Amino acid sequence: MLPTERQLLLDEGAIARTLDRMAQDILSQTPDPSRLVLIGVQRRGVELAARLARALAGTSGAEVPRGALDITLYRDDLEVVGPRPLVGETHLPVALEGRHAWIVDDVLFSGRTVRAALDELADFGRPARIGLAVLVDRGGRELPIQADVVGERVPTSPGDRVDVFVRELDGRDAVEVVRGGRAGS
Amino acid sequence: MSGALGKDLLGLEYITADQIRRILDTAEPFKEISERAIKKVPVLRGKTIVNLFFEASTRTRISFEFAEKRLSADTVNVAASGSSVTKGETLVDTARNLEAMRIDMVVMRHMSSGAAKFLADRIESSVINAGDGKHEHPTQGLLDLLTIRDHRPIEGTKVCIVGDVLHSRVARSNIWGLLKLGAEVAVCGPRSLLPLGIEELGVRCFRRVEEAIEWADVLNVLRLQLERMEAGYIPSLREYYRVFGVTVERLEKAPRDLLILHPGPMNRGVEIDSRVADGPHSVILGQVTNGVAVRMAVLYLLAGGNPDLAEAAKGGADR
Repeated sequence: MLPTERQLLLDEGAIARTLDRMAQDILSQTPDPSRLVLIGVQRRGVELAARLARALAGTSGAEVPRGALDITLYRDDLEVVGPRPLVGETHLPVALEGRHAWIVDDVLFSGRTVRAALDELADFGRPARIGLAVLVDRGGRELPIQADVVGERVPTSPGDRVDVFVRELDGRDAVEVVRGGRAGS
Repeated sequence: MSGALGKDLLGLEYITADQIRRILDTAEPFKEISERAIKKVPVLRGKTIVNLFFEASTRTRISFEFAEKRLSADTVNVAASGSSVTKGETLVDTARNLEAMRIDMVVMRHMSSGAAKFLADRIESSVINAGDGKHEHPTQGLLDLLTIRDHRPIEGTKVCIVGDVLHSRVARSNIWGLLKLGAEVAVCGPRSLLPLGIEELGVRCFRRVEEAIEWADVLNVLRLQLERMEAGYIPSLREYYRVFGVTVERLEKAPRDLLILHPGPMNRGVEIDSRVADGPHSVILGQVTNGVAVRMAVLYLLAGGNPDLAEAAKGGADR
């Protein structure tokens, strides 16, 4: 096995600044902020959505409803990888009809998670528009899916791994790229 | 992977505490799916499941069918009448026919103890035991555990199973599951309806229901079947109610509020007082709701198939 190399991509301060900028981008791409809803993908997307909601509330003064989506049951790889532990519940605070929904996730890679999230949202209702906001876009798409708002772009090879740490779950804020970190890829 | 299930679910006697906890933990998020406007997720799309019921069942069969449909599996119900089926050879034939139709899973209820294992040994598809004779009814045991866990930690909780323990597969699955998760377990009923040597499992026996009520945190009240009276196990249903019925008067004397479970269908006024069944501490309808979630969890965990493959691919997701 090749030795792995861990590089810091974003530290705590950089993450905070990046999220502030992402909040501005989200607002500028949302014609009617009163119809905004943020939907975090379990698990780290949920924490990131919460922070974006705080940043948005600071700017516009209005509370932004946010939900959580666990896409495990919408994955396309049950046959390949077997049942995964379900990590969290799905809850949407408002009806999606007429809303401008933003899917929030930590890392955009193959696009399969987003595909699953889109399918799942469609089972809950018909938002007027769905946007995608990700903290890190690492390239490597396997589906025709792109993000509308990106915090940081980093070119990676398929054998690399991108680790996102958030204080609420991991005790610290950081984004690290682990070169050669995906065993078996 | 710790807690991964094998091919089949035959009984709680044969799986570990970790596996039981994994099923219960998986069931938690499945509860929410049944609250959605569109009560369906695509995870078992394209899987074929046969519900093979050799014995009458309404609740369990419907619960399994809802669980299967809410996971998008294709289902077929086969209700074989008891009289037309002789155990052994016919079950082998049934198994071979099912295999020839390329199914993925069989949910089976059968009047013979051990029938689920018999089938599981002979087909490659997953077998889920939905009740085999007096042996086990594992998904009922699991939904009882989930319901108790909704209200209090199972470890250290005192659970008494009241009634016809001798003939009850529900009792057996409960005893195995509860003991594995660290509960204290007791049984209470007429001597004629308690299995000999049950104390050897570490289960306490109460002869009087008043003593059981004084001891327990949870009562799981079993259905008393009319046939037991005809077979001479008890003198009469009225006598049974007078001595063993779980009544408001008896519960009022308890030192603490008891959680009341019943696997259904209930005989009101035989094993349980209507006022208890409909009372504030009854979680009987919660059991029914949890039944769908727990069965979804079992189907999901068995459907993925290959735990070795899952281990190999661990961490290889969308990072």
